Amino acid sequence: MMPDLGKYAEAVLSSYAVSLALLIVLVWLSLRRSAKVAKQLEDIEQKARKNG
Amino acid sequence: MNLNALWQYANPKKFIQTTEKVLPLFSVLAVVCLVVGLIWGFFFTPEDYRQGSTVKIIYLHVPAALMAINVWLMMLVTSLIWIVRRHHVSALAARAAAPIGAVMTVIALATGAIWGQPMWGTWWAWDPRLTSFLILFLFYLGYIALWEAIENDDTAADLTSILCLVGSVFALLSRYAVNFWNQGLHQGASLSLDKEENVADVFWYPLLVCIAGFVLFFIALVLLRTRTEIRARRMRALLARERMG
Repeated sequence: MMPDLGKYAEAVLSSYAVSLALLIVLVWLSLRRSAKVAKQLEDIEQKARKNG
Repeated sequence: MNLNALWQYANPKKFIQTTEKVLPLFSVLAVVCLVVGLIWGFFFTPEDYRQGSTVKIIYLHVPAALMAINVWLMMLVTSLIWIVRRHHVSALAARAAAPIGAVMTVIALATGAIWGQPMWGTWWAWDPRLTSFLILFLFYLGYIALWEAIENDDTAADLTSILCLVGSVFALLSRYAVNFWNQGLHQGASLSLDKEENVADVFWYPLLVCIAGFVLFFIALVLLRTRTEIRARRMRALLARERMG
């Protein structure tokens, strides 16, 4: 299944590994911050409502 | 179509409501295009007669380089909207887009260097396009740092918008550097409206799918990140109100 990349295998595979790793980290950090901020805002709004 | 209707999305609440519905759609489309394009390009395209299997790097390098430039241009448009109309959502969208653009620039630089080593015999050359891309990356870092350094959101939006206007020169230079100076190592554009200048069809179609995937990926991520920035801004406003009263 794996194509024969010949003498450039290292270059091709490292390009894919670096790029996909960077994209995955970017998505993960964005999702993590999104969830964290949404939760913090909910808590603050709840507190503000309670305090009138 | 009434273009004035677009301004309703400048309302943070309306923006959050609308993106709630469209975000899953863009996310799914992005994943489908990226998976199809990258698998097609990696597994089902032949070697190039000159570049060998390194031609498979274009499916990452070209879309990432395109996005690196166009994300900055999107930031330019949203920054101009902020300067002219003072819509917070547009300033926050520019802030949300910057880290994505920075990552795209890193991918373009890294894959370019990895490709350049076997093809040009060097990881790096002070070629006009490469150099202008490096400067664009530094502008991205400066832009992100400036947002983080200034506490007042409106002041930060003003100053980063100015920085964005200045950096746009380098974004455009990155795009046209190979046309301005022809002494560099970097070849001409892989994509052109002139079909004769494009890469061969067998590489061109999976490349188009990958580009669509990167564009959709950017849209999905910038929507998600803008929603986060809107919430973070509201949180800061509520905390400031609490401190005062």
